[in-house]
Amino acid sequence: MYRPERRSEAPNSKPSAFSAASMAATAAITTTSSPSLVDTLFQRSLDDVIRALRSSPSSASEETVISRALDEIRREIRSPDLDTKSVSLQKLTYLASLHHLDLSWAAFHALELLPSPSLPHARIGYLAASLSFHPSSTELLPLATHQLRKHFAPSPANPPALAASALHLLALASSPDLGRHLASDLLPLLSSQSAASSSLRAKAVATALRTLAVCPDVAPVLFKPLVDCLSSSDPRTVSAAVGAFCELALAAPDPFPYLPLAPEFYRLLVDSRNNWVLIKVLKIFARLAPLEPRLASRILDPICQLLRRSHAKSLVFECIRTILSSLTDHEEAVRLAVDKVKEFLSSDDDPNLRYLGLRALSMLGSAHPWVVEESKEAVIKSLSDPDTNIRIESLHLIVGMLCESNVVEICNLLNKYAMKSDPEFANEIIGAMLVTCGKNLYELILDFDWYVALLGEMVRNPHCAKGEEIERQLVDIGLRVRDARPELVRVARDLLIDPALLGNPFLFRVLSASAWVSGEYVEFSRNPVELVEALLQPRINLLPSLIRAVYIQSVFKVMSFCFISFIEQIQAVELLSVGGSTQRSEKNGEQSDTVPLKTTESNVSEGDHGDTTADTVLLLDLIDKKTNFTRESISDLMNLIETAVAPLSECEEVEVQERARNVLGLLFTLRETQFWNIEAAHELKSDKELSEIIELLEAAFSEELGPVSANAQKRVSVPEGLNLNANLSDLSKILTDYDLTPSASISFSLQSYNPQETKEDSVLAVEPSSLLAEHRKRHGLYYLSTHRDGDELNDYPRANEPLLPVDHGDATEDLVKLTTPSLVPRKSKPTKPRPVVIRLDEGDGTSTSHLTTVKKSDNLLSEAIRGVLLENESQPSLSGKLDTSSKRRENDASDNSELISQQTESVTLEHGNSSSRKSRQHRTHKERNESHFKNEDIEKSSRHSIKSSRQHRRHKHRQRGDVTADIVPQTPAIQDFLL
Amino acid sequence: MIRAVIVMNTQGKPRLLKFYEFQPPEKQKELMRSVLAVLSGRPDNVSNFVEADAIFGPGTRLVYKHLATLYFIFVFDNSENELAMLDLIQVFVETMDRCFKNVCELDIVFNFNKMHAIVDEIIFGGQVLETSSEQVMKAVEEIARLEKSSNSISFVPKAVSGRFGR
Repeated sequence: MYRPERRSEAPNSKPSAFSAASMAATAAITTTSSPSLVDTLFQRSLDDVIRALRSSPSSASEETVISRALDEIRREIRSPDLDTKSVSLQKLTYLASLHHLDLSWAAFHALELLPSPSLPHARIGYLAASLSFHPSSTELLPLATHQLRKHFAPSPANPPALAASALHLLALASSPDLGRHLASDLLPLLSSQSAASSSLRAKAVATALRTLAVCPDVAPVLFKPLVDCLSSSDPRTVSAAVGAFCELALAAPDPFPYLPLAPEFYRLLVDSRNNWVLIKVLKIFARLAPLEPRLASRILDPICQLLRRSHAKSLVFECIRTILSSLTDHEEAVRLAVDKVKEFLSSDDDPNLRYLGLRALSMLGSAHPWVVEESKEAVIKSLSDPDTNIRIESLHLIVGMLCESNVVEICNLLNKYAMKSDPEFANEIIGAMLVTCGKNLYELILDFDWYVALLGEMVRNPHCAKGEEIERQLVDIGLRVRDARPELVRVARDLLIDPALLGNPFLFRVLSASAWVSGEYVEFSRNPVELVEALLQPRINLLPSLIRAVYIQSVFKVMSFCFISFIEQIQAVELLSVGGSTQRSEKNGEQSDTVPLKTTESNVSEGDHGDTTADTVLLLDLIDKKTNFTRESISDLMNLIETAVAPLSECEEVEVQERARNVLGLLFTLRETQFWNIEAAHELKSDKELSEIIELLEAAFSEELGPVSANAQKRVSVPEGLNLNANLSDLSKILTDYDLTPSASISFSLQSYNPQETKEDSVLAVEPSSLLAEHRKRHGLYYLSTHRDGDELNDYPRANEPLLPVDHGDATEDLVKLTTPSLVPRKSKPTKPRPVVIRLDEGDGTSTSHLTTVKKSDNLLSEAIRGVLLENESQPSLSGKLDTSSKRRENDASDNSELISQQTESVTLEHGNSSSRKSRQHRTHKERNESHFKNEDIEKSSRHSIKSSRQHRRHKHRQRGDVTADIVPQTPAIQDFLL
Repeated sequence: MIRAVIVMNTQGKPRLLKFYEFQPPEKQKELMRSVLAVLSGRPDNVSNFVEADAIFGPGTRLVYKHLATLYFIFVFDNSENELAMLDLIQVFVETMDRCFKNVCELDIVFNFNKMHAIVDEIIFGGQVLETSSEQVMKAVEEIARLEKSSNSISFVPKAVSGRFGR
């Protein structure tokens, strides 16, 4: 039925299109001369322009054709002859629509054509206007108000085609003002009963919907006729009206106002045979059912019947969607829907059904895990589907199935799968794993060693582009989970020494995190020297300067760690040789080669014999655990660092340069101390200079960095008597008192040191603490009250969960745990306690729930409709804004039956026709009376032009009044009505 | 509602554009480019739906059909049913097929106004109004008849091509 275009087709093969003008036009193009006499005499038609465009070989020549045509159009469109004008506008519309040109300059010419008695002219004008006008930019459209009104009016002079065009313009381009003016003109079209105008009536319904969306305050005029259309005898009108209500109910932030219409929709659900109508009705019910539990049980049966009976896949899918999204409490229906979904999933020849089947499964969410479990096979099979849509849906389902017991197994599989996938999907998989595992502070993860290793493996994927998230998680886990640090350092080391990773710019951030982790937690490293080598490999020149800066800072940390360990080692051995000679002899074999201290020669008598054996054992542990440094290895390390870092001190990047100089500064300071000559601890002690440096270095990095809550600052209470808004002008006086300027020369350190010693150490600028203390004493007012002492500082700042002192356990034990199969049956207790994950406060890490923010304009509409449906006839919605606030309050508390009953009582009161409710009425009589009077005032003031139509409405309102009063307030009422 | 109806060829040249929420020309150009990028990356035997949040805003999806040299694309949101939209494309193509007797890209290129008339009969202001291609045909023919008679009443056109070109 569809034949491919024949490009070779001659331009004049369409019989009607051949004309003298086209020949003239092609002649003109070939010469590309200035507008000739021929052009002005013979206007080119749209077909001629199209043909010229098609014969242009390149896009550049197409541009010329277009600009030439535009010149022509600009000239022709001013012509007083409507025929010339319309042809020219038609050409312009074509070019604007398909070649993305601005049409707004011709808006006035389009309007000029509207009153033309010739139908084609008017339609061309309408087409141009509807394609180019839009609600916010049409200053000109008010000029057309009268013309539109004239074309709406039913008269023999207005064929439906013309009225339809006029409606279309109103639907697409209506501004609030225009909508307000023309709303009442839609009424005759909406209520016309003649069969001839049935399509026009449907169009009027669609227009009314758009008008309502643009200006909600026409709801009192248009809503009733729209409701009436639901019960029209013309199927087209009903279909359009249901579509309109579907649109309104789905767009409303709170669909509550549409609940009174439920009986109408129910009737359609049962009676209608039109799939389009049924789909829309189902969509409405999917929105309404959660509001009213008994409504749900009422519609369940018809929906299930449709599901069993219908052959239209679209309707079946809609039934499934309704059940799985809104009727999940009804097991039987869910069962039925899931069976249908399985049919979808097994349709091998139709990828659309498979895709939608998977989507349906994901609608159910985590409430019914058995559903996904049942179709597990199909879901996992879909992971290798050729269709990306299906693969991604399947991935999301699989990731959604993750729980504590299967996360290890599934993630390992997924990661392996990602290695084999195409780049895009590999990143989809990695991203999904990262999001799910990192969700809510890694709540799924029991075994962090495994997870950290997994992160490392993800990076090895050649397509991995999720560096930023991996970086964040690596650092985050380091900060939050103490137990994971040894493994984290191991993984970081592996990443750092892998030369392949340096080539992938997406992974630079991961490397930065690895460098930071290995520097910060270097005490867990098995081989710090190797780490330094990795950090200083020549290829790090490939990295951006900021990341190189992190590398160098890590080198700094590692170097000071090595040095401190070395010194401590000397001290320990010294102590040992003094304390327990027996233990020493046992360990001697191991130590003598690594620490070539001539312990046998050392002077034993100087030692302090008071040390207990327990201390000695502790020290022995210390020596065992830490990597042993020899004098040579330290010396080599320093040489290595000097060779690699020295060139960087001339680097142009300030960050790199500064840090490189820091490293070199420390290096040279250490060299000066001549620690090489020191062979035992007692000598060490005598070298005051060295021991002070060590003390300083230790202090500099012993402070552990913890996660800081984003709200931490807020929680520091303002000290009493501190006026934050006070003028701080006297601060300058205080500052001059001490000649202290808040400049970079002051750096706040956490512990106080002796300032004199630090002078030679250019790296560590230390605060003159005594000065500071005095300042604090005198001007305590300007200091925050939370002054803590040293011990407290070692804690993480304000963690909610008390941080248990975690012993770092055996590395071997961790390894055993790594290898143990993590395939534990669901809901079984985890084999090892989950490590402490530091959580700062409720808002930390957890995703903020997406509360639907109520849009104001949407709210206006639903207010207006609520006004109409709930029969507040005394409050015409043109004045609806006045009582918006009170209504909104009701809106917010719609589940509060007390409020709702008040509302209904106001309805019944105004109609004065429900004696049965008098008892309840008394309760709120007084307050409602008051508001009632106010409403009457408003009513008087706002009663105006549309009186006749209002009277008509009032009649109907009264009819419906009893209905709505019955339905809305108390849940029992709705049942009667549906029955 | 339906947000847009797009017919474009496989090279990305638009043949019919109808946005039910106004899009400025530059934006239209950009949309065309992103839609083509997405569609041209999809092989033939895969599903016809694409999540279009990134292109047309949150919650939008598009359904397309690839026939010969053309893509037929409907952009819609959550108030429409996916499979129904796919059916609607079928209705649309069928109607064109009836109108032009074995439709091809050239017919669509040269019948700008008629194409708009067809679309406006099926979809009006983003709402689906007519799903029977027969009814659409009737309405479109009626418009053509009316336009012709209205034309013959009007004065003799000055432009010579005006008489032949239509």
